[in-house]
Amino acid sequence: MTDNGTQTASWQSCVIEEIVQQTPSIKSFFLRLSRPFAHIAGQHVDVRLTAPDGYSAMRSYSIASSAASSPIIELAVERLPDGEVSAYFHDIAIVGDEIELRGPLGGHFLWPEPAVDAVLLIGAGSGLVPLMAMIRHRRTQDPAVPTALLLSARTADDVLFSEELHSVEISDAAFVLALAITREDPIRASDFGRRIDSAMVEEVLARLHRKPTQIFVCGSNDFVNIATEGALLAGLDPSIIKTERYGG
Amino acid sequence: MVTRGFTGRGSSGDQSGRIPPGQHLVENFPVLTAGPTPNVELADWKFTVKVGPKPVKVWNWSEFNALPKTKVTKDIHCVTSWSKLDTIWEGVLIEDILADAGLDRPTDFVLAHSYDDYSTNVPLADLLSGKAMVALKFAGQPITRDHGGPARLLVPHLYFWKSAKWVKALQFTTRDEAGFWELRGYHIYGDPGREQRYTDD
Repeated sequence: MTDNGTQTASWQSCVIEEIVQQTPSIKSFFLRLSRPFAHIAGQHVDVRLTAPDGYSAMRSYSIASSAASSPIIELAVERLPDGEVSAYFHDIAIVGDEIELRGPLGGHFLWPEPAVDAVLLIGAGSGLVPLMAMIRHRRTQDPAVPTALLLSARTADDVLFSEELHSVEISDAAFVLALAITREDPIRASDFGRRIDSAMVEEVLARLHRKPTQIFVCGSNDFVNIATEGALLAGLDPSIIKTERYGG
Repeated sequence: MVTRGFTGRGSSGDQSGRIPPGQHLVENFPVLTAGPTPNVELADWKFTVKVGPKPVKVWNWSEFNALPKTKVTKDIHCVTSWSKLDTIWEGVLIEDILADAGLDRPTDFVLAHSYDDYSTNVPLADLLSGKAMVALKFAGQPITRDHGGPARLLVPHLYFWKSAKWVKALQFTTRDEAGFWELRGYHIYGDPGREQRYTDD
């Protein structure tokens, strides 16, 4: 493994150990690796599905589980309209099925090791997945690092890992959770009832009390553009902002 | 290994020969970027050719647009596995840029630099013979910011991370020096036909 978390990652088979419906459109898949690896929070795997005629389809999925070395990793897959691989996961895959993957991959969108200063996480929908790996890693390895999560979802039911996020927030004074609920009124007064904008990013930054030295943003391209504009308008340096845009 | 129950969409008919292994066809144009989208005003835009640390020639927007333009139709392939066919670009071929700078082949390797401090390396041979350009238009329109406008490198025969968005300089280097993604686990060359996605592929 190099300093950037990259290593030779060859294809391996893994077995679906458990499937959990997380939101109406997102399911978690717990995969038992045949060759376990340690990953850095924020990394992804490439998944490959092969049809009987030899046709194969490959997609990248961020790892949701924390980086603790375990033979089981969690992926959270959103069902996309016309999705080819996500439709397989949602409609066909059952516990005990085998799929191929390679990883861990990605050397940029990585939780800082060691993490010392404040971190701002901004995500939308299933864009929470790599950020969740960071939040889970932080819980066990860097619990003192001030961290804020601004998470956008259509409704409260669409908030991925909702229960876990709320329980982290209640038990952890250094963790701030702010939800942006776009299609219904938010339940908590501290949440926002609108789509993300610069003012919202600024307010969440204020709740963090410390200026972040790293910002991770994951979501659709439009969402990422608005979130990063907000961070730049708030005076943060572009070099500390790391983005992942899905849909690619 | 066959995946139980997976049939997929199957290969894409007559176009299957144009789609490299592990890639799938898209009709849209996904946007992938490692950081914020830079905003480069045309009045501030400059393009530089350097040999090592030394700038050889700098063009502003209107000077650069006065160089000979070429239009190409190419298939593009992103390492995240999407491919898009018949994309139409217009810009200045790298050999035409070098001719205007009075350069032939100062070294065999080039590092492209962007306004967002991104970089990527490409051997010179892969930039010549009409293989690559600094593109100024996509589908007949100025390239949008999201897709690298005002100008992006276009090296369509390599994975698309080599086609640096918001390009501002080409720097000749004596060795093949790894760029941004090449230092972060991605392949030094990136040939889609050989599936050179990650470092040791």
